[in-house]
Amino acid sequence: MLEVINLSCVRGTRRLFTALNFAVNPGELIELRGANGSGKTSLLRILSGLATPAEGEVRWAGKNIRSLGEEYSGTVAYLAHQNGVKDELSALENLRIACGVAGNDLSKVDARAILAQVGLSRQQNLPARSLSAGQRRRLALARLLTSKATLWILDEVLTSLDDTAIRLSRQFIGGHLNKGGMAIIATHQELELSADRMQRIELSK
Amino acid sequence: MFGWLVWRDLILAWRRRADVLATVFFFVIVVSLFPLGIGPERETLRTIAPGVVWVAALLASMLSLGRIFGNDYQDGTLEQLLLTPQSTYLIVLGKILAHWLVSEVPLVIIAPLLGLQFGLSQNSLAIMVLSLLLGTPVLSLIGSIGAALTLGLRAANVLIALLVLPLYIPVLIFGTGAVQASVGGTSPQPYLLLLGATLVLSLVFAPWATSAALRISVE
Amino acid sequence: MSSQRINWYKYAAPANFYPLAGKMIPWFAVLTALLFIAGLYVGFFVAPTDFQQGESYRILFIHVPAAWMGMFLYVLMAVYAGIGWAFNARLASMMATAISTTGAIFTFISLVTGSLWGRPAWGVWWVWDARLTSTLILLFLYIGFISLQSSIDEPRRADRAGAVLALVGLINVPIIYFSVQWWNSLHQGATITAKSFKMAPSMLASMLILLAACWMYSIAVVLVRVRYIIREREREAPWLAEAVA
Repeated sequence: MLEVINLSCVRGTRRLFTALNFAVNPGELIELRGANGSGKTSLLRILSGLATPAEGEVRWAGKNIRSLGEEYSGTVAYLAHQNGVKDELSALENLRIACGVAGNDLSKVDARAILAQVGLSRQQNLPARSLSAGQRRRLALARLLTSKATLWILDEVLTSLDDTAIRLSRQFIGGHLNKGGMAIIATHQELELSADRMQRIELSK
Repeated sequence: MFGWLVWRDLILAWRRRADVLATVFFFVIVVSLFPLGIGPERETLRTIAPGVVWVAALLASMLSLGRIFGNDYQDGTLEQLLLTPQSTYLIVLGKILAHWLVSEVPLVIIAPLLGLQFGLSQNSLAIMVLSLLLGTPVLSLIGSIGAALTLGLRAANVLIALLVLPLYIPVLIFGTGAVQASVGGTSPQPYLLLLGATLVLSLVFAPWATSAALRISVE
Repeated sequence: MSSQRINWYKYAAPANFYPLAGKMIPWFAVLTALLFIAGLYVGFFVAPTDFQQGESYRILFIHVPAAWMGMFLYVLMAVYAGIGWAFNARLASMMATAISTTGAIFTFISLVTGSLWGRPAWGVWWVWDARLTSTLILLFLYIGFISLQSSIDEPRRADRAGAVLALVGLINVPIIYFSVQWWNSLHQGATITAKSFKMAPSMLASMLILLAACWMYSIAVVLVRVRYIIREREREAPWLAEAVA
């Protein structure tokens, strides 16, 4: 489904990676590893369509994602370093507004159910400003759960999560893969996921 | 989706209403400084009033431009917005509409009060409000391009001024022209028509340029 | 004609353009010097004294070409920036950056000389005449472009952000010029304009020769600047070490 062809990325005068090739098919997981500054985030941003590569292309179902545009955005969920959480809004508002803006309206009841799933039931009406780093990450995870995307692109998904939340996110990712979804995950921690087909890509410095 | 986006920005502005009020007070203070600097003769004040109100509106709206995308850029919600399966043009248009409602409409509402201080007639005040209603959306539209280009840069606020103020000049000329014409007893209609034309033109082009600029800045 | 097609794509790569530009610079520099000497000679010794303005009108020989250059170069800069953005052509973006400084300098020169000409003609150093005002705004547009590019560290973003700004400016320039004309016609300011005196053929000749000189100068200087930009941006590229050595 997703093909990466001869991809290279340049930051300033520095070449982060060259001639990168791989493919992801339904049910597959890619674990992306590499030291700090090796270009993991840059690669994920290119894959999500936010950044353009210096050379090469990314194809979705055989077509360049540049030409697909918004059609591609609908199939991708990107969880970045930053959680994309608004401080002034409550957890519930954050979730419902994020979904509404993305075009899949979420009722209050459904939103509460999903917040309960990530363990934010008690905090649902607190402004996000008062949430801890881990709780904000959980909120970002909740947004991921509501998306209908088939391709999950996750940057350091496990950072600042506690043991329960880590177990939870493994469970979510596993469930997503079982349903035929795809995931590309940059991480420093062990994912300990038992996907049927898993590739590990190591970016060297 | 469009409704959700505008609604979101309105709630956010309401929860940070101090920022909005600061812009309005800035506008009021700048306008009030002119009689103090120039002297209280009614005739002089009446001739400079259109220019003073319009220049102050330009500066006040410019102060708020950084907020269109700045906060969203910092907390990562802007990326999420760009990754929604919606056209960037619509997203940008929604954000501009919200900015206009939050930062420009209060200026339009308060402008007649300031015009009274300068001894403008009722007719001129009405023309002033009309010209501001037509002109301020253009300020938001053109300003959004500058805001998108300077996202995340050092000294972004000063830079926005350099980029955007020269582009504001036609609006300033047509806007003040309309009010001056009405003060001088001639028809403000040609100016208002030109303002309207500028509005249409910038509605077509500006969101497009802003989308392109956002994609470049976010990368 | 078509039997000797030049491979333009080859020269669109900085590695090939760098030595080519190096070879072209001396030619344009010599042309600049010759044309300047010729133009100034015609301007000072051949062109007659104007019956209305005396000798002071001669400053127009540099003012008018500078003003034209300021405008031409803005358009050229926007076109190059646009090409660089649309086709991902790095060299075109570098050209735009190189042109911006030269364009701003010409615009500035035309403002200063305009004001020097205005002193005897109008009796004051500055009048808000339509032409001077729009030239001033053009200078602001250049300043915006240059400051935007210089405050972005990542060259790719600087190129593309500059392109958006230059193109937006290009769409706006006619509107700004029109609005300033309109504004000026209502606030009747200046009475004498550069147009109001009759030009002898030798005056026109001097102006055109100096315009050509300005073009040659711009090309030479832009090439020099592009070479600097290439050297800065490609400092890690192996070909550069060979080319410089």
